[in-house]
Amino acid sequence: MSGAARIGGLRNITLTLIWVWLLLFVLAPTLMVVVASLLERGESQFVIAEFTIDNFLRLFDPLYFQVFWNSIYLALVTTLICLLLGYPFAWMISRASPRLRPLLLVLVIIPFWTSSLVRTYAMVIILKANGLLNASLLWLGVTDKPLMLLFTEFAVIVGLVYSLLPFMILPLYAAMEKLDLRLLEAARDLGAGRVALFTRVVFPLTLPGVIAGCMLVFLPALGMFYIPDLLGGAKILLLGNLIKDQFLAARDWPFGSAISVLLLIFMALFMLLLVWARRRRADSGEMGL
Amino acid sequence: MGETLLSIQGLSKAFGDCRVLDAVDIDVASGEFLTLLGPSGCGKTTLLRLIAGLEAPSAGSITLADEDLVRIPAERRPVNTVFQSYALFPHLTVFDNVAFGPHLHGVRGDELRQAVAEALATVGLAEFANRKPAQLSGGQQQRVAIARAVVNKPRVLLLDEPLSALDYKLRKRMQVELKQLQRRLGITFIFVTHDQEEALSMSDRVAVMNEGRIEQLDTPRRIYEEPASVFVARFVGETNLLPATVKGRDEGGLLLEVEGIELKVRPPRFDPDDKVHVMLRPEDLDVWSREELERHPELKARAIAARVEEVIYKGSTVDLLVRLSGGDRVAASAFFDEEDPTLDYKRDEEVFVTWPKDWEVLLPWDSGGAGAG
Amino acid sequence: MSRLWRGGYLGLIYLFFYLPIAILIVFSFNDSKYRLTWQGFSWRWYEALFSNEELLQVALNSVTLAFISATLATLMGTLAAVVLYRYRFFGKRLLHGLLYIVIMSPDIVMGISLLILFVSLNMPLGFWTLLLAHVTFCLPFVVVTVYGRLSGFDESMVEAARDLGAGEWLTFRKILLPLLMPAVIAGWLLSFTLSMDDVIISFFVTGPEFEILPLKIYSMVRVGVKPEVNALCTLMFGLTLILILIAHLLLKEKKA
Repeated sequence: MSGAARIGGLRNITLTLIWVWLLLFVLAPTLMVVVASLLERGESQFVIAEFTIDNFLRLFDPLYFQVFWNSIYLALVTTLICLLLGYPFAWMISRASPRLRPLLLVLVIIPFWTSSLVRTYAMVIILKANGLLNASLLWLGVTDKPLMLLFTEFAVIVGLVYSLLPFMILPLYAAMEKLDLRLLEAARDLGAGRVALFTRVVFPLTLPGVIAGCMLVFLPALGMFYIPDLLGGAKILLLGNLIKDQFLAARDWPFGSAISVLLLIFMALFMLLLVWARRRRADSGEMGL
Repeated sequence: MGETLLSIQGLSKAFGDCRVLDAVDIDVASGEFLTLLGPSGCGKTTLLRLIAGLEAPSAGSITLADEDLVRIPAERRPVNTVFQSYALFPHLTVFDNVAFGPHLHGVRGDELRQAVAEALATVGLAEFANRKPAQLSGGQQQRVAIARAVVNKPRVLLLDEPLSALDYKLRKRMQVELKQLQRRLGITFIFVTHDQEEALSMSDRVAVMNEGRIEQLDTPRRIYEEPASVFVARFVGETNLLPATVKGRDEGGLLLEVEGIELKVRPPRFDPDDKVHVMLRPEDLDVWSREELERHPELKARAIAARVEEVIYKGSTVDLLVRLSGGDRVAASAFFDEEDPTLDYKRDEEVFVTWPKDWEVLLPWDSGGAGAG
Repeated sequence: MSRLWRGGYLGLIYLFFYLPIAILIVFSFNDSKYRLTWQGFSWRWYEALFSNEELLQVALNSVTLAFISATLATLMGTLAAVVLYRYRFFGKRLLHGLLYIVIMSPDIVMGISLLILFVSLNMPLGFWTLLLAHVTFCLPFVVVTVYGRLSGFDESMVEAARDLGAGEWLTFRKILLPLLMPAVIAGWLLSFTLSMDDVIISFFVTGPEFEILPLKIYSMVRVGVKPEVNALCTLMFGLTLILILIAHLLLKEKKA
């Protein structure tokens, strides 16, 4: 009986602890961000308890609107490049021989778990004026004087793709690994050509992986402020830089919160999309063909 | 059989709105081999888990030797289970798996070693004590699971489809071994299976279950020969069910109309104008050619005209699918017999079907049972 | 032909992943301050690194923080995974959902939301706020790792243990915990690397008196490339690599 009491106690303690933790450090702070985004900025305090939606309207201020669009544009391009590079890559790994697959996968997981900062720094070394890429281009005779690679939009996109590509590959791989190869054979047998095979079988079945991957690339791509800091020379701003500035330099917390709420809305949209894609696949397994 | 060891009264279990067990009563005798037989979802595994204490009943009682089991948590009930998946602990050796139960009950040292060795010897795995479960074959894992349960000397051993993962040959061998083991140990076995052949060949008694209720609880022989319902008749063995109507009753019998002939049958519990099923096992049916029937005039009044639809050669028997003149199809199997070498039927041949007097079983009408098996 | 294409494509992507890191590592041993060209092998940047008392203190801070937060997250996460797996309770799906949202949500939102929380609670930013933040973002990864292994278990194993006389506690200690150990260790290692590598969240909840390595590197790198940083990043990469490989081997074992 004491054993049962002990585990019963442990169970309740665990549940209480985890609930309190998540409520206090996840739910409550998130709600505070939402609330702060709807309040006035204060002079002595960070916020004044007065309701306003000005913080959201300010996003349309030409000054910020350009950053806003620029950030979305960079994130979209990054996501698209990651998808285009990652999809065939994940597919090839998922179809590699079972003996080789774990190795190929571990090689993706290593950059996935290593510090993105360290990797961004490594990219700085490559891209700087007297860096490896310029040296190669000069040696190959493609150009006769070093190109300005670092501190450009190009550098920021390369840096974002470099940091986030594993986040695209892993969910894609997870979706593809589950794909039953017999389905492809069946589709072939029924007369599907290469294009039809991809558009009507493979892509719809891996769609949840595509959406998850896009979410895991797009959202951080809006926020990783140190990448433009290091590679874009602080010229190109992401929403992340904007948020950071509002909190640490401009001290305009309500506006910073409003931008964060925007990110949360993007996340919610992606999650709804993900739920929709998963449900659709579950409901109409055969209809999808 | 000995006196009642385990008594189950009015036992019910519902998961939400879904009633999986409905007021079940069973008395299990000491040393008995009882089988719970039924299709999947009939509640047999739930019944077993209630006895083990892995589920709590919604209503009813389970008493073991006059002790109320329901109040005792699973870990302290004097019953043990052999799980369908064996559920061996993969991180422990065979020895430690078997020693798990006794160790928890305070058995230590030489006593523990001896108990485990004995249990492993019982299932013929004495030399595998130091292996891990993953290094054993399916049949060996099965034996470890049995040893791990019987080493605790349970009052009742519960076996949840323990042979279902084994291939056909191994399953046959394990059926015999299990039966011998049960006799040797004298432990009461409650065995769950959906395989009727397994149930009939191993058990002292069989409880046929359907939709949470016990349809019939009886010896294998009576289950097979005198099923209590259309469900039991259809679930156990091959069955022909012919629709029939009670025409009347007189002293000592019912007058029955079946397939256009009138039959006088022993008086069971039916009234005139009742619709009933006449159950006949394929091996009970005799199939005659016209010439053969001419040689047995006493059969003429009872013979049903029919046509052979399919002849299936099975080695020791020949099975016939025969369309009766009334439209029902029945299966009949005939054993090869030295004295009757002319067991030779052709498709579309005209034949006559009879069965020995009083071999039919009358069952209450069940709309779900219409048509032959 | 298609094999060649495939091999070539995979190779190019892996090159993209590893070439920058390889160059970083090579340069950390280059006996030159600014030049791209190879000037010969040298430990001088590592020596410079290890004679930099301040940097060593920051590294120690980071290791301490990562060690404590990984340990706390692993304890809580393991128990939470077992409770999620073993019991039905009110709000179970919500709890699952919350944990997934923590994994998916952008770091920057988590960073500023925790900053708002700590400031409004009047908590001084520093070690304790960092610790709370790190445990929070490590926690769901431990739960997912441990839960993943649990859901591969044969459920009747737990029932078998009870059937043989083990109560809940003994079942946990003698059956679940030993079988979960690889996942628990893997969860700890992943938490440790996450904590060691985090920039964005830490950036908002850190205080002046407790500096940690990623933020130190960030501030150093912002002003330009320094060879000591090459050495430092090489060491960080090496450490992470070792931990991932251990975690991967532990998690792979379950399939064997």
